[in-house]
Amino acid sequence: MKNKTKLPGIFLGIVLVVMYLPILMVVLYSFNEGKLIASWKGFSLDWYVQLFQDEEIWEAVKNSLILGLLSCFSAAIMGTLGAVGMARVKWRTKGAVEYISTIPIMIPEIILGMVFLTFFHLLNLPNGMVTLVIAHTAFCIPYIYMMVKARLVGMDKALEEAAQDLGATPVRTFFDITLPLILPAVASGCLLAFAMSWDDVIISIFVTGPRVTTLPIKIYTQMKTGVTPEINALCTVMLGVTVLVLTLSGFIQKRFQKKQL
Amino acid sequence: MGEIILSLKNIKKRFGETEVLKGISLDVEQGEFITLLGSSGCGKTTTLRIIAGLEEPDQGQVILEGRDVTKLEPHKRNVNTVFQSYALFPHMDVASNVAYGLKIRKVPKTEQKKKVEDVLNLVQLGEYGKRYPSELSGGQRQRVAIARAIVNNPRVLLLDEPLGALDLQLRRQMQIELKRLQKRLGITFIYITHDQEEAINMSDRIVVMNQGIFEQMGTPDEVYNHPLTSYVARFVGSANIFHRDGKAYAIRSEHVLFSKEETYPYRGVVKEKSFAGGQLRVLMQLPDGQEITASRHGIDAQVAEGDTVCLGWEPDHAVPVRE
Amino acid sequence: MQKKKQGGKLWLAAAPLYLFTLLFVAGPLVYMVILSFQTRAEGYGVLNVFTLDNYKKILDPVYLETFGQSFRLAVTSTLIIAGIGYPFGYFMAKCSPKWKKRLMMLIMIPFWTSSLIRLYGWMIILQAKGALYQTLHFLGMDIAPLKILYSYPAVVIGMVYALLPFMMLAVYSSAEKMDWSLVEAARDLGASPVKAFLTVTLKLTMPGLLSGVILTFVPSMGLFFIADLLGGNKIVLVGNLIQDQLTRGADWPFAAALAVVLMVMTSLIIFLYRKVTHSTELEGIL
Repeated sequence: MKNKTKLPGIFLGIVLVVMYLPILMVVLYSFNEGKLIASWKGFSLDWYVQLFQDEEIWEAVKNSLILGLLSCFSAAIMGTLGAVGMARVKWRTKGAVEYISTIPIMIPEIILGMVFLTFFHLLNLPNGMVTLVIAHTAFCIPYIYMMVKARLVGMDKALEEAAQDLGATPVRTFFDITLPLILPAVASGCLLAFAMSWDDVIISIFVTGPRVTTLPIKIYTQMKTGVTPEINALCTVMLGVTVLVLTLSGFIQKRFQKKQL
Repeated sequence: MGEIILSLKNIKKRFGETEVLKGISLDVEQGEFITLLGSSGCGKTTTLRIIAGLEEPDQGQVILEGRDVTKLEPHKRNVNTVFQSYALFPHMDVASNVAYGLKIRKVPKTEQKKKVEDVLNLVQLGEYGKRYPSELSGGQRQRVAIARAIVNNPRVLLLDEPLGALDLQLRRQMQIELKRLQKRLGITFIYITHDQEEAINMSDRIVVMNQGIFEQMGTPDEVYNHPLTSYVARFVGSANIFHRDGKAYAIRSEHVLFSKEETYPYRGVVKEKSFAGGQLRVLMQLPDGQEITASRHGIDAQVAEGDTVCLGWEPDHAVPVRE
Repeated sequence: MQKKKQGGKLWLAAAPLYLFTLLFVAGPLVYMVILSFQTRAEGYGVLNVFTLDNYKKILDPVYLETFGQSFRLAVTSTLIIAGIGYPFGYFMAKCSPKWKKRLMMLIMIPFWTSSLIRLYGWMIILQAKGALYQTLHFLGMDIAPLKILYSYPAVVIGMVYALLPFMMLAVYSSAEKMDWSLVEAARDLGASPVKAFLTVTLKLTMPGLLSGVILTFVPSMGLFFIADLLGGNKIVLVGNLIQDQLTRGADWPFAAALAVVLMVMTSLIIFLYRKVTHSTELEGIL
C-alpha cells in the first residue's frame, strides 16, 4: 500500500490505552495496602485474602453463575429450536413474533426491568431466582436466535435435502446435519448472552428478591455505600479468568478450524 | 430394457403466480440414461425435485416401480440425488459422507466399510476417505457426491447439473466417466443440463423442456436431426428458422450454402462475420428481413461484410417444424 | 396453501419460542401500556381506574426537562462515540487479519469484567484527589483538586466509555465486509482521498455507523446507574426517574407512562433506521 502512515496505529493505540486505563487503575489499587483509593500506601495482597474469605461475595458470584448458565441454557434451547422451526413455518404471525422476541435487546434496559417488575407482581410471582431466570432468558434469546438465524440463512439448503434424500427423517436430519453446522453460532450466541447476563445490573435490580444477590447488584450496592478494594481484587481475578478462557477458546477454535471450513 | 421404472403422469406445479410445470408426462425405462435439457427456468430442476420428493406436485402422479409415491416423503423413496452444489456435509469426512445413507439404513458396520471402500475406488478416490470436503478440488467433490448417491444402489439416480461448476476440460472427462459408470452399474440416470453437447454425448434419450412443457422427446439423433419444434431446432442444433408460405423450416447453419458466383434460390446481404470455436459464422439478411446464419470450418470464405450473395440449401436439409 | 412436506413436524420446534415470547415479552409490554392508564392507589398499589393523568404529568416542566436532559446527554454521548468509534472500526477493518483478531480480543475482554467495576476505575481516576490529579500534580502542575466527578462531564465520560465498544464493532463489521476495490476504483477515476471517502467508504459503511448510533443512543437513555454513580444526584435522566418512581415514589402507573413514552421514542428511532437502511437487523452486535 502506498502512503502508509503510522497514524491509524497510533489512534488505535491511544483509544485502547484509554479503554484499559480504568481497568488498570482497578487492578493497581487491588494491591494497595490502604483502604482509600485516593492514595497509594504500598503493595499488599491483603484484599485478596479478604476476598477469598468473604462469603457474601462468593455467594453473589455463585448466584450470577447459576443465573447466567440457566438463562443461557433455556435461551439456547428456545432460541436455537425457534430459529430452526421459524425458518420452516409460514405462519402469518411469524414476523410479529420474531420482532417481539428481539425487543428485549432493542429497548433501554430500564423499560425491560420495569415491565418485568410490574408483570411478575401482577402474576403474584415472588421475586427471586425464578424471576431472574425468566427475565434474563428473555434478553438472552435474541442474541442466540439472531446468530443461529444468520447461520441458517448462510447454509446451503441442499445439505438438509441431501440428508433426507439419503434416507434421514427430518428429526434425524436436524441432529445429524443442521445441529452440528449451527453449533458454532449457538456457542457464540451463548457466550455473548452469558456476558450480558453476567454483567446485568438494571434488569436484575428490579426482579431480584431480598434473598438473592447477583454479583453486579452486590457491587452496585457497595459502590453506593462504600467500596472496599476487595472489589478491585475480584475484578482482577475476573480479568485473569477471562484472558485465560479467551486464550483457551482461541486455541481450541484453531484446532477445530483445521478440520473443516 | 423395456421395463418402466418411473412414470410421471400429467404433473402440474405452480409457485405463486408462475406455473412452472404445465402438465408433463414421462416414462423412464430401467437402465436408461435420460436427460432433461433446457435453459434455466424451464422447470427441469422442479421436475427432478418432484421425483426426489423434495417438492410435491399440485396435480398428477409420480409412479416409482409401480407404486404411487406422489405424496411419499423423500427419505422413503429409493431414489438418490446428486445436487448441483454437491451438498457434501462439511463436518464429515469423505468416508462418513459416503457412508451416511448406509448408516441410516442400518447396514452392518463391516459391510458399510467395504461398500464405501469399493465405491470410492470406483470413482478413483480410494485414498481420500479421511479428507474433509473443504480439502478437495471441485472435480473430487463431484465424485464424492456421486459416490455418496450410488453407494445406496438406488433404482433411479437424479443428477442436477452435476458438471455445471467444473471447467470445460474436466467436464468432458467427467462426461465420459459418468456414462461409463452408468453402463457398468445399470442404474437409471435422470440427468439435468442446459448444455446440448453434454446431453447429446451422454444420453440414451433427451427430453427438451421449455416453459414447463416437454417440447420433444427422443434419441439424440432424433432431437438433433429431426426437431419437431422451432425451439428444439434452435436450442439443440442452433438452427436457423426459415419462414416460407406460412410454414417454418429448421435449417442447421452448416447446411446453409452460399456463394457470390453460383446460383441458389435466395439472395442476401452479408451483415456480419465472426469466428469462434474453430468455426466461421456468416450472418446474412434476406430482402424480407429474415436472417440466416451459415457456418463453415476454417476461416476461408470469400465474402466480405456488405457483399450480396446467393444462398440456399438442399431440400432434405430444411426440416418442417412447429412454431 | 400446501405445507411444504419436508418440514414435517419440525414447526413444533418454534412453539416454545412462540409461547415464551407471547407470555414473557409481549405480555409484560402490554401490561405496561395498561398500567400507564391506571390510577395510583393511596400508599402502595394500583387502582383499576382509567386515567390519562400519568401522561399529563409528563408534560410538567420538571419531567419534560428530564426528557430534555436525557436526550441532550444521549446526543452528546452518541456524537462523541461516533467520533471515536467510527475511525476505530474503520482503521481496524484495514488491519491485517492477525491484528484484527487481537484488536477484537482487546475490545471483548472488558465485556467480561464488570461494567460497574470499570466505571469504578473512572471514579478512581476522576476523584478530586484521584489518579489524574496526582499524575498532574506529580508532573509539577500546581492545581486545585479536580471537580470532574459528580458532574455532567463525568456522566458523559461514563456513557461514552460504556457504549463505545458497540459502535466500534458495528462500524468494524460493515467496514470489514466492504469491497475496498471500490475505493480504489473511485481513486482511479480521479477522486481525491477525501472525496473517495465521502462518496464511497462513508456510504458503504453507513449501515454500520447507523446501527452503532442506535446501539449507543437507545441504551444511553436508560443507563441510570451511570448518572447515579458518576453524576452524584445532580444529573437526572429518564432512567433515573423511572427507577425512582418504581422504588421510592411507588408510583407504578407514572413509571409505566414514562416507559411507554421512552419506548415509543425508541421504536421511532429504530423504525427510522430500518427505513433508511432497509435492513431488519442491527449490524455489529452479532
